[in-house]
Amino acid sequence: MNIKINQGGKMNYREALRAGIEQSLEDDPRVFLMGEDVGHYGGCYGVSKGLLERYGPERIIDTPLCESGFVGLGIGAALGDMRPIVEVMMVNFSLLAMDQIVNTAATLHHMSGGQFNVPLVIRLACGAGLQLAAQHSHSWENIYAHIPGLKILSPATHNDARYMLIQALEDPNPVLIFEHVMLLNNQGEVLNGPEADMETALIRKQGKDITLITYGGSLPKVLIAAEELEALNIYVEVVDLRCLRPLDSDTVIASIEKTHRAIIIDEGWKSGSLAGEISAIIMEKAFWTLDAPVQRICTQEVPIPYPKHLEQAALPQVEQIVTCAKCLIKGEL
Amino acid sequence: MNDKLHLDKNHLLVKLTQMLRIRLFEEKCAELYTQQKIRGFLHLYIGEEAIAVGVMAALSSQDEIVATYREHGHALARGLSMKSILAEMYGRTNGCSKGRGGSMHLFDKKNNFYGGNAIVAGGLPLAAGLAMANKRKATTAVTACFFGEGAVAEGEFHEAMNLAVLWKLPVLFICENNAYAMGTALALSESETNIAKKAKSYGMAAKQVDGMNVVNVEAAAIEATQYIKANSQPFFLECQSYRFRGHSSFDSQLYRDKEEIKQWQKHGPVVQLKQWLMQNHQLNENEFKGIEIQINQEILEAITFAEQGTLEPIEELCKDVYSTQLSGGVKIDQGDLV
Repeated sequence: MNIKINQGGKMNYREALRAGIEQSLEDDPRVFLMGEDVGHYGGCYGVSKGLLERYGPERIIDTPLCESGFVGLGIGAALGDMRPIVEVMMVNFSLLAMDQIVNTAATLHHMSGGQFNVPLVIRLACGAGLQLAAQHSHSWENIYAHIPGLKILSPATHNDARYMLIQALEDPNPVLIFEHVMLLNNQGEVLNGPEADMETALIRKQGKDITLITYGGSLPKVLIAAEELEALNIYVEVVDLRCLRPLDSDTVIASIEKTHRAIIIDEGWKSGSLAGEISAIIMEKAFWTLDAPVQRICTQEVPIPYPKHLEQAALPQVEQIVTCAKCLIKGEL
Repeated sequence: MNDKLHLDKNHLLVKLTQMLRIRLFEEKCAELYTQQKIRGFLHLYIGEEAIAVGVMAALSSQDEIVATYREHGHALARGLSMKSILAEMYGRTNGCSKGRGGSMHLFDKKNNFYGGNAIVAGGLPLAAGLAMANKRKATTAVTACFFGEGAVAEGEFHEAMNLAVLWKLPVLFICENNAYAMGTALALSESETNIAKKAKSYGMAAKQVDGMNVVNVEAAAIEATQYIKANSQPFFLECQSYRFRGHSSFDSQLYRDKEEIKQWQKHGPVVQLKQWLMQNHQLNENEFKGIEIQINQEILEAITFAEQGTLEPIEELCKDVYSTQLSGGVKIDQGDLV
């Protein structure tokens, strides 16, 4: 639990998130963390464990169960020149605060003719895999990525878990950070600083045959698939989007101009998905460089079911990615 | 009444002038709406002027205002220029929100005027958040949050009440109870129609006041702000009032009798104070006309200003969606990137 902040090293994703929160609390007295059970309980997923003891109840604030209320307070406090980090326990609960996020946080700068801005950060747990069923397991990044005025981050690596929060707090706009619950216990490497600014997509693996585009909780699956494909002499390039709004389409297109094939792996439902948006961008900007139709591997069109075998069947899996990549290379798609 | 409120002739004439200024301005706005100079929704405050004027008189320049889509009166009483308000309704770049907001979204940073919120009850948590920031900064500023009685049915009302008391936030909640949420009478939408009582149930100090009487409103608002500062707690003021015009420009008012409107108009805020001043020989008809002439001149100047304002070029359509202004705080230099 005692992370030495500002230092890299091996740690799990949860510890990387906590170190980011700690650094922001240390660096700026205007920063505070507010949310359901972030204090005495230590965070629903243990991310803020120990912070109440260290920073006190003025800066680690347990809220009642009123998402709209406390997200709205966060917006007001940000307008008042504070730097609130608001934790919404799960993306499903964020719908109760969607009015404040969409109607107020995203619009105030525009409606006021640029006079006011909302430097608010909202952290949300998302994603399936813990058998939490149909009201606790979803990937709704795309719902918020639809909204002009918001910025949407999806840290897939430990380094991004560690540093994206700091970058988000530096941004004068409302930023939502989606933290996939299946990443929390994974061990990984944290460097001494961020690898890029928060809006830049990064190539996580170089390759020449197919571009695999993904983000968040799907990145580890895509990297495993990439290894398996390499054993079959298929060399894929892996693009980690990192920021879902604004999208770094330049990095995506540059990769496709090299590989001429693309598969998008997205834990959102396929209909109306972010994968659909990226596919459309590829059609608009790189159609003539494609050697094969763009493929999408997304979650099945079903509320996430409870039983493990059904939950897993609903989600994008390594095997699907490998099969899809093989078919693309063979020209079977 | 209150040791800080001195009711001399001049003070009352200023209040009358401020209310009349809102009244005549909005009557002109209604006219400009029919001429299609103003579009969108137009929610008039006519009948409720005593609330904004009375409350603003109790606030200082460091205090903050959060209002609703029926906020022309609040903006005028707070000190936004009539010119910039009308230009905003015209959608021109010289408007107080550079034309991007319109009638429902008047903003002004230098007057700490935080809008113009067109989501019923949406401004309540925001006001509580501003107060939270003030508390953390240890300033003595009070955040004044205006909303209609329709907001009381929303969850955000109750969430904000609870949080404001729980966290001892310096907010003045002002419920402008004008009896109808659009066309739905209070008794048709609330199981408990005493709104101050609802606030009290959260442990909040609350008071009902005659929202048609500007002196009563001002006195209550002074008492409220003193209470907030002395006790580090929010205060709830229910101002009982009535809207003389329709909910918005599209309201045929099928839900109420004309007779009911007439009854309320008899003791409307402007006529009430005017009559009192005249009966007590503090004002005569000529002096009153003089005030009207002065206000009408200001209105004409505002119209000229608005009509001379420019429309934003379409090339700038997507401006001000994101802020590029660095607002300080935690910084990582590019040099720190690995």
